[in-house]
Amino acid sequence: MGFDKFGRKSFTSFTKTGKFVDLLAEGKVEGTVCKQCGAKYFPPRADCAQCLSKEMDWFELPKKGTLETFTTAMYAPFGFEADAPYTMAVVDFGGGIKAFARLSKDFSEPKIGMDVTVRPLKYDDGQVTFEIAKA
Amino acid sequence: MAKDVAVIGVGQTYFVRGYEGSIRELAFEAFREAMQDANLTAKDVDASIFCSAPEYDKQRSPAGVLAEYLGLVPQPTFYVETVCSSSTVGVKIGYSMIKAGLHDIVVVCGFQKMSEITSAESQERMGRGGDIQWEAPFGTMMPAYYALYAQAYLAKNGLTLDDLRDVRVKAATYGQINERAVYRKGVKPEDFDPKNPDAKMAGPVASPLRVGDCCANADGASCIILANAEKAKIFQKKPVWILGIGAASEVVNMAARPDFSKGIQVAKAAANVAYKMAGVGPKDINVAEVHDCFTIAEIMAYEGLGFAPEGDGKSLIREKATYKEGKIPVNVDGGLLSKGHPIGATGGSQIRTIVLQLRDEAGPMQVKDPQIGLNHNIGGVGLYGNVTIFGRD
Repeated sequence: MGFDKFGRKSFTSFTKTGKFVDLLAEGKVEGTVCKQCGAKYFPPRADCAQCLSKEMDWFELPKKGTLETFTTAMYAPFGFEADAPYTMAVVDFGGGIKAFARLSKDFSEPKIGMDVTVRPLKYDDGQVTFEIAKA
Repeated sequence: MAKDVAVIGVGQTYFVRGYEGSIRELAFEAFREAMQDANLTAKDVDASIFCSAPEYDKQRSPAGVLAEYLGLVPQPTFYVETVCSSSTVGVKIGYSMIKAGLHDIVVVCGFQKMSEITSAESQERMGRGGDIQWEAPFGTMMPAYYALYAQAYLAKNGLTLDDLRDVRVKAATYGQINERAVYRKGVKPEDFDPKNPDAKMAGPVASPLRVGDCCANADGASCIILANAEKAKIFQKKPVWILGIGAASEVVNMAARPDFSKGIQVAKAAANVAYKMAGVGPKDINVAEVHDCFTIAEIMAYEGLGFAPEGDGKSLIREKATYKEGKIPVNVDGGLLSKGHPIGATGGSQIRTIVLQLRDEAGPMQVKDPQIGLNHNIGGVGLYGNVTIFGRD
């Protein structure tokens, strides 16, 4: 699958980490880990900035993290107007791994520090992404 | 504290909504003022640098067109971009070229005509100043990015929405006396009261930030003319010297950022370098311009620059220490919040304010007898940090 399938609206056609989209379709949210030095990356990278290796494996994000911060946008940028309002947030999984995404639509009363998880999401128009849900 | 490179001319247009002219004419207004300020003619200028954020107007490679219109051909020219800090970085590069001996006098012109596109398009452009591969697909925009910092910061540090409101009230105090500002009205605390039906500042934008917490888009241009010591003495009776320049970068992706509750870190890194180069510390600064694109950004700047301890930026606004009469006056020209934020012009506009202050030419905004001034200009969401320190002759 091309990377134009990623997110509500993608701005990138191709990436060497395009497998991320296929994994989402399989129900997995995964980052990359360097085969040479073990550095872990989310969002995924095709190249290791620590040791310059291009040999990467995929790893699944932990099931549970904490909500580090969030914001509910009442207005949306051009191309996203139909979605507003929506809430975007950062999840901290520990060990230097964090994720940025929207909260699920049914996510009520977000609070900093609460337990959350991330899960894949498929939109009606076929776009795929991931979202943050209560753990 | 070497006095090798000076600002010898400053210029700025009125910051407005819907400028009735093209980018070349906008840039010329700021250029004309700076050239007249320094008593220069075009042949005195050795090189020009143009600065803006791309994709607002449609001109690709704007340096050529603008250099021609300003009459600076055949001298070398080029374009510099770090979104909101473009013109401060332009000044840094101009400084470097003069210091290296390549040129004697360099013109740095920042410009932005944001009204060429709609507000929603502008938000989309700014969102794409972040990571387009992994973040823009979620519908990111600048207020939401800063709101992520605000939410975490407020929860940890006892800063309140009323404190943020008071940052805006302060900005508007000075916006009213700065004739170049886009927002000339006063702001009262009740303008933020959600129970007040006429509260123009209270509407939510990206929680916890409200309308009044956000700076306004504007059209505008700024121009800073730099010279080596020899030329500075010829052309400017009151040269203002660049004493220290610090710059730093941060990872772009929110998922790789350190603790949000500690605020934007890039200013601290840039300030450390600038203070060291200038041989001064936070207590030596008599007047400062900080990048208050949002109210929370000013509070974080107080801490990043060492004006307040980490987590205690709120004390400065509560004690009115950053008012004109306070111990460290900050943004006494109205800041981005009242002056407006024509992205590529902003850094140059801030530097102009500091230069006028150090020359005792800031009119009603003048701080009493400042010796050292500081400019803090951030590009993107704490992505590019720039701190520049200036001193008088």
